Amino acid sequence: MNINSHTPLKNIFCIGIFLLLQLNFLYAQAESHSEKGYKIAARSDRSDRGFSDSEVEMTMILRNSAGKQASRTLQFKTLEIPDESVGDKGLILFRTPKDIEGTALLSHAKILESDDQWLYLPALKRVKRISSRNKSGPFVGSEFAFEDFTASELNKFSYKYLREENCGKLICDVIERTPLYDNSGYKKQISWVDNSIYQLRKIEFYDRKGSLLKELILDDYRVYDQKYWRPHKLKMNNIQTKKSSDLIYDEYKFNLGLTESDFVKGRLSGLR
Amino acid sequence: MTVLRLPIFKQILNFFILLLISITELGVADVYDELDISGNIAIQLRGFTQNSMWLDQNTSDIESSVSGEWEIRWRSKSNDQRMSFIPFARWDENDKKRSHFDFREAYWAYQNKDVELLLGLNKVFWGVAESVHLVDIINQTDLVENINQEEKLGQPMIRLAFQEDYGLLSLYLLPYFRERSFPGSDGRFRGETVINADNAKYQSSSKRKHIDFAIRYSHYFGDVDLGLYYFNGTNRDPRLSMDGNNSELLLNYDQIEQIGLDLQYTYSSWLWKLESFIRDGYADSIFAGVAGFEYTFYQIFDGASDIGILFEYQHDDRSSAESITTADNDFFFGSRWTSNNMNDGSILVGVVLDKKTSETFYSIEAKTRLKENFLLSLELKAITNSELGEPNFPQSRDDYLEIQISHFF
Repeated sequence: MNINSHTPLKNIFCIGIFLLLQLNFLYAQAESHSEKGYKIAARSDRSDRGFSDSEVEMTMILRNSAGKQASRTLQFKTLEIPDESVGDKGLILFRTPKDIEGTALLSHAKILESDDQWLYLPALKRVKRISSRNKSGPFVGSEFAFEDFTASELNKFSYKYLREENCGKLICDVIERTPLYDNSGYKKQISWVDNSIYQLRKIEFYDRKGSLLKELILDDYRVYDQKYWRPHKLKMNNIQTKKSSDLIYDEYKFNLGLTESDFVKGRLSGLR
Repeated sequence: MTVLRLPIFKQILNFFILLLISITELGVADVYDELDISGNIAIQLRGFTQNSMWLDQNTSDIESSVSGEWEIRWRSKSNDQRMSFIPFARWDENDKKRSHFDFREAYWAYQNKDVELLLGLNKVFWGVAESVHLVDIINQTDLVENINQEEKLGQPMIRLAFQEDYGLLSLYLLPYFRERSFPGSDGRFRGETVINADNAKYQSSSKRKHIDFAIRYSHYFGDVDLGLYYFNGTNRDPRLSMDGNNSELLLNYDQIEQIGLDLQYTYSSWLWKLESFIRDGYADSIFAGVAGFEYTFYQIFDGASDIGILFEYQHDDRSSAESITTADNDFFFGSRWTSNNMNDGSILVGVVLDKKTSETFYSIEAKTRLKENFLLSLELKAITNSELGEPNFPQSRDDYLEIQISHFF
């Protein structure tokens, strides 16, 4: 009787303890997954930091679903801002197609807020502050969005470690990352980071509805100063529209002595 | 091409030929590394929808025209010096005055971390609005190119600019004045009386050689971009008066002082814009302003293209004694579509409606890339509801559709 009368209480108590432990375990596991994911992303991101500034020429090849092809050439300049809570500064100068030669895009990246961006239109010699809300739209008609270029900033995402698996000849950590910044076009991204030189090898982009939108393959990694790894071939496939874009980089130049004053709107009219 | 004979062009040409020769002597290989030559040639056809209004105007409905622009740029190995040389020429089938030649740019510049010094002819744009460019004052309008007043003549200048933490401070000395280009008697876009652009009157006794001066500060504060300037010199905007015999319109270039402001607040998909100036000159002081917004819907219908809607209100309180403006009390409604695909297509549709007179000005500008180096542009300009005595009336039968094919090299 006594036992009987105590049993339900005891059982509930036991179940309660068990559930708490279970929750705690799950929470700890989640914590460790996100911590592990963050650590891997941080190791990858930080292995490329400390370059101070860089300049690279690149060719972009756009293909539509019918196989029609067009190309653009542009120059990318980056000024590294060592503080990880502030984004880098970037300057993109268009060289071809010839009708937009001299067009330039200046951006002061931020981590969670919208970037500051200015567009320079050479025909009118006009500098226009533009809305950077549109970071998920196609960048110069390509399958790359502007956020795909700036999204290497570590603190723009939260991370979750998924698994380890083979990626080509290498072994990769597979990490899910969720954009924390406003107006992202993605619900989540799945990234593959190899565990020999800690570089991104592949990213899957999931649209706001959660369906697979694009797949990016990063290839032809080369090392500069024995420290800085850069991919020289990026291939973005849009799974939904069947369009694709390639980015082919020339050799990078580092440490050119660029300063903040090379990344101001007042300099845009004198770039050429 | 009589303009070519002007001494200033001759001097500039000589200067650049000398510079090019001296660079060439440094070594041809070096020069080719840094010399960048590009440009475009364009064929333009304008079809007018109505017969011309005035005596002596050409009566053909189609006007063909060819233009060419070369861009020769040089940059020193050390990257601190550069030169730009941009001759432009147009030949027009009907209007002799529209056949013209100009140097859009012909300058040398030195630039270090904080300071830039620029000498020569250059083009400078100030402002944020779409429907009217109120505060843009450095360059003279090349009106025969387009009535939208966006084509400008190269302005001789000495510019000293300081890039500081608190913003960009630019000082301009403008030693030579460029007169506005106007259509000739054969051309469209003119009034009943032909403007005699060769016999302009100046308030200053130094005439074209009056040294104009401007100082401008520009910077941004978070989401706000600001430009503020003071200008003292010859008004780019000529005042019209009849000559003694009432047979010709004379151009009067007055001395003015002007303070101008441009402001843009960029937030999310909104651009809020304001341009304003106060001008002291011929008669009373003038206050003018344009304010409005542009809002963009990105990736409409889950596709790549964007659509923006624009609205601006134009105000100008000048008296009829001053130069003519159409932007005195008008609403502008516009829409901009951009394709964001490999052809970079865009369409800008705009309507300017005068609140008092109901005069309405329509404009469509569209363009798309045809092949790698070819661009197709279409333009439509039309005026309705214009009555005798209103500012657009003399051109109200010059509605046109323009097709242009440009080849870039």
